[in-house]
Amino acid sequence: MITFIPRDKVSKNWIIIAPILSIVFTIFFGLLIFAFLGYNPLETLYQIFVSPFSRIDRIGDILVKACPLIIIGTGLMLCFKSNVWNIGAEGQFIMGALLAGFIALSFPNIETKFFLLITILAGFVGGALWAFIPAILKTKLNVNEILVSLMLVYVAMLFIDFIVRGPLRDPMSFGFPLSKPYPEGALINKIPFPGIGFLGQLHFGILFVFLLVPISWIYVNKTLGGFKINVLGSAPLAAKFAGFKQNSITITVLLLSGGLAGVAGVIEVSANIGQLQPEVSFGYGFTAIIVAFLGRLNPVGILFAGIIIATVKLGADNAQMTMGIPKVVTGLFEGILLFFLLTGETLQKYKIKWSEGKK
Amino acid sequence: MEALILTIIATSIPLLLAAAGELIAEKSGVLNLGVEGMMLSGAVGALGAVLWLENPYYGIIAGALSGILMASIFSLFTINFMTNQVATGLGLTIFATGLTGLAGAPLVGKTIPSLPKIEIFLLSDIPLIGSILFKQDFVAYLSIGIIIFISFFLKYSKSGIILRAVGDDHQSAHSVGYPVKKIRWYATCFGGMCAGIGGAYIPLVLTPHWSEGMTAGRGWIALALVVFASWIPWRIIVGALIFGGITIAQLVGQARGWPIPSQLLSMMPYIATIIALTMISGRLSKNNSVVPSSLGKPFFGSQ
Repeated sequence: MITFIPRDKVSKNWIIIAPILSIVFTIFFGLLIFAFLGYNPLETLYQIFVSPFSRIDRIGDILVKACPLIIIGTGLMLCFKSNVWNIGAEGQFIMGALLAGFIALSFPNIETKFFLLITILAGFVGGALWAFIPAILKTKLNVNEILVSLMLVYVAMLFIDFIVRGPLRDPMSFGFPLSKPYPEGALINKIPFPGIGFLGQLHFGILFVFLLVPISWIYVNKTLGGFKINVLGSAPLAAKFAGFKQNSITITVLLLSGGLAGVAGVIEVSANIGQLQPEVSFGYGFTAIIVAFLGRLNPVGILFAGIIIATVKLGADNAQMTMGIPKVVTGLFEGILLFFLLTGETLQKYKIKWSEGKK
Repeated sequence: MEALILTIIATSIPLLLAAAGELIAEKSGVLNLGVEGMMLSGAVGALGAVLWLENPYYGIIAGALSGILMASIFSLFTINFMTNQVATGLGLTIFATGLTGLAGAPLVGKTIPSLPKIEIFLLSDIPLIGSILFKQDFVAYLSIGIIIFISFFLKYSKSGIILRAVGDDHQSAHSVGYPVKKIRWYATCFGGMCAGIGGAYIPLVLTPHWSEGMTAGRGWIALALVVFASWIPWRIIVGALIFGGITIAQLVGQARGWPIPSQLLSMMPYIATIIALTMISGRLSKNNSVVPSSLGKPFFGSQ
């Protein structure tokens, strides 16, 4: 019989140990399931966790995949910290990409890269507007933000599909549902490294991540806004007594996370696709939920978590090509990982005690 | 017309079952956001069982068991390890999406026989009503049975009243000596069973083959239905029929070539969900007594 006994203070050791143990447990249970379903666990292990590092240029590809995850995850961190459950980042990502795409395609001849500032801003606005719907419904009418933000994912997916098959379809696309290519000014280039050329698909969008991580760290740890978010999440009553306006915090975190998801959408499309198409996201908005938790709702943690999860995603792509395992299996690992991470949170606050039989 | 009504009923049954199960879980204080995942598992479990045993009734059992298995994972973590219910439920859906993708891969392209209709002697010969109400498949009858059962269970049975007490104030229920954790385990597993059967219904009746993520958000709409029904069982029937109707209306619209782009029509069930939630939530916040007070809150009491 296991019982949990509250700790006097949160265990510092567990903050570091829990994510590492969670990853170990996840790999173990994941492979157990693979073996049970008749796949070779060792080959799966190699494909998913080792093959992404097999060539130097693949490290660039890992960073490319990590880029949207870290950006979205940072936004979600703000929400989850304040107990606001935005799970519609996927939709906000799409709407950000779409609004930016609309602006980019409205200026077909623009060449200056300064134009990117405008499209990125447009992406932020697009994502934030989409997140504003659950924000306003939650604060004014007490509507559950989980369900609204998720429903809006489906709406956004259908909306971009409609746009690229209808109004924004390129007449020269031979019937494919594609928009015209973006103008030069709206494209994010690959980073040239002196001597070795390009590192996989690594592009300048990664600079946004290097900017975002320190800024969000300062925001969360050193500003009043960040302090309010922390208090609201960890001690809602204290926040109330301190006179923090819960509604304005809820709206702020939803707008910021929606906006960041939108920016991730712009960077993804401008760097890797170069035009609008029906599918732009591939589940980044959902995976980023796991990234936020694996990163312990901490900007630096999320940076590492994004890279780890991106590695697994890339590995799953390899496993699909070489072993015919469907790509969605990453969800299997992500789900188990989340279960163990959350258990780790319990162990931070409680000690385990083994006792004989029932008390 | 008759065919149309039958399609609407068939479309609403997975929603009805999943929402009925979730209602019981929520009444006990457990918010399980993994409904979509449990339905997916039910669907893949049913497909596998029917392909293997070649009898659609085994699909119902397999769907129920798959749902219960998923609900047990959720219970183990949220009830015993005291993890956050919202995050764990999301994790369950993500996990099940991956697991069913993997388990469903070998099933792609295979078709299963549909669940047979059962005619009720004499009653099924009544014009119109007969073929709609008394010429349904087993799961359709079962789902109405479950709604009637949970209505009476919650209102009149001792266990039902204890379950509600646990959902309304787990601390007091614990002090009086009720086994909070055990009751929540049962309620969550009942929810998993219903969601599993609801998921199984999709391949057994609606589309007889596997495709990744074939539940298409039905689990989330079922969660919204519980709110829409204000936690009152019979209202789930009304809600499910409305959503079934909207889903079919947009399909009919697409087939008849309404001058609205098909994607905008396909948005209707999701937008309707948001509108329904908005209308109900405004009223609920004024009348808070119907929402289980301990919903979503972890229970730390030792046991």
